[in-house]
Amino acid sequence: MSALQTAALIVVAIAGTAVVFTPEVLRQAIMLGIYGMTLTVLFFVFQAPDVALSEIVVSGVGMPLIILAALRKIREQDRRRKHEESEQ
Amino acid sequence: MTSFPFIVAAWLLLVGLWGVVSSRNLVRTVLSLTVVQSATYLVLLGVGYRTGGKAPIVADIPLGSRLVDPIVQVLVLTDVVIEATVLALLLALVVQAHKRFGSVDPAELRALRN
Amino acid sequence: MSRRFRIGLFALAGPGLTAVLLIGMHGLPAFGHLHAVTGLLIDRIEPHLRHATDIVTALNFDLRAYDTLGEEFILFASVTGVALLLRHLRNEDESRQDVRGIEEHRFGGASPSLRMTGLVLIPMMVALGAYVVLHGALTPGGGFQGGIVLAAGPLAILLAGRYLALRRVAPDWALESLESVGATAYTLIGVGGLIFAGVFMKNFLPLGTPGKLLSAGTMPLNSIAVGLEVTGAFLLTWTEFFDQALLVARR
Repeated sequence: MSALQTAALIVVAIAGTAVVFTPEVLRQAIMLGIYGMTLTVLFFVFQAPDVALSEIVVSGVGMPLIILAALRKIREQDRRRKHEESEQ
Repeated sequence: MTSFPFIVAAWLLLVGLWGVVSSRNLVRTVLSLTVVQSATYLVLLGVGYRTGGKAPIVADIPLGSRLVDPIVQVLVLTDVVIEATVLALLLALVVQAHKRFGSVDPAELRALRN
Repeated sequence: MSRRFRIGLFALAGPGLTAVLLIGMHGLPAFGHLHAVTGLLIDRIEPHLRHATDIVTALNFDLRAYDTLGEEFILFASVTGVALLLRHLRNEDESRQDVRGIEEHRFGGASPSLRMTGLVLIPMMVALGAYVVLHGALTPGGGFQGGIVLAAGPLAILLAGRYLALRRVAPDWALESLESVGATAYTLIGVGGLIFAGVFMKNFLPLGTPGKLLSAGTMPLNSIAVGLEVTGAFLLTWTEFFDQALLVARR
């Protein structure tokens, strides 16, 4: 097992732990994008370029946008609920 | 160490599971589920690796050379894209739950068993 | 169940799970010493069989095309679920207004340089996405990867601050049709294999020379079908989430 693969595995382990233990949800979404990039490097070092391409587009573009949109919608619903409660 | 990728995968599984169990926000649960899924990708790719093997693209290397296993790569490739959509479905459920119950705390969802 | 109960349960079950995982992973062959034979066989014989230089895409769209059919329909079903849940949400609120009544200034702050960058990025991403989809059988790529890159093209309109323009370019009916056309085309190509070659999903077009764009039979067609479906699916998901989050009219 080459040194590059060992280094990539250690970085992935650290990034995965960081994703779980990040305090706020918004920061966790950004951290997930970074984690996806470390996974891409790992897949590339494991000689799997198709998988690396798939992972980078999904975790760079697909997932953070869906998470941010969901967070925005939740905040919007909170705001509307407060608005309705203050009107009553 | 000959099984280092598998140990890292087990670590990611446990850490992700801890994130799912101990979260106070349903969106955090969904994000920790992503970490659990990536542990499976790591196991699959680790099983399919051959020492000294190259990527399974034969456009420019001679035909009999040593390549890594392509079948596990097929599984992981479609899995990565499909799980993003399944997580979108989970987040839509979270948004719907927030609208009905007013909070994204999993401990407060119990109030709707009526 | 409360958080403390969950953590207690995890503390009980966690060590057991760890032990099972470590024992199981100890039984796997050592990393780098592959025992499976089928993959190595496919590595050796596939370029003769199907004239495709990217073995992973060949497995995806030809040798194991039935699995990809299943996965594609998982994608379709989840996006249908997202659309169902969020549109039900949308219809419950009375702020489902006419789009013309929404004012643009909610997206204020989209400077001209941002809009110019978005304008430059859109054709580049669409071209890159089309390239990745079409060259699936030759280089790393294929329908799944290229589909998301294609979907990121119209998304640059959103990132440049003009969400309403995105809704005009990609309305709901267009995205739904795109997705359905992709899924149906994939199934019809499989049925074409049944009609012309006797086996469902068999490669029935001429195989051509490896390395050219029109080689490997039905693989580019399958790749295009999956690319269309993934593009439609992701754009539909994004616009469903963003729709009510951004389009709230002022009362």
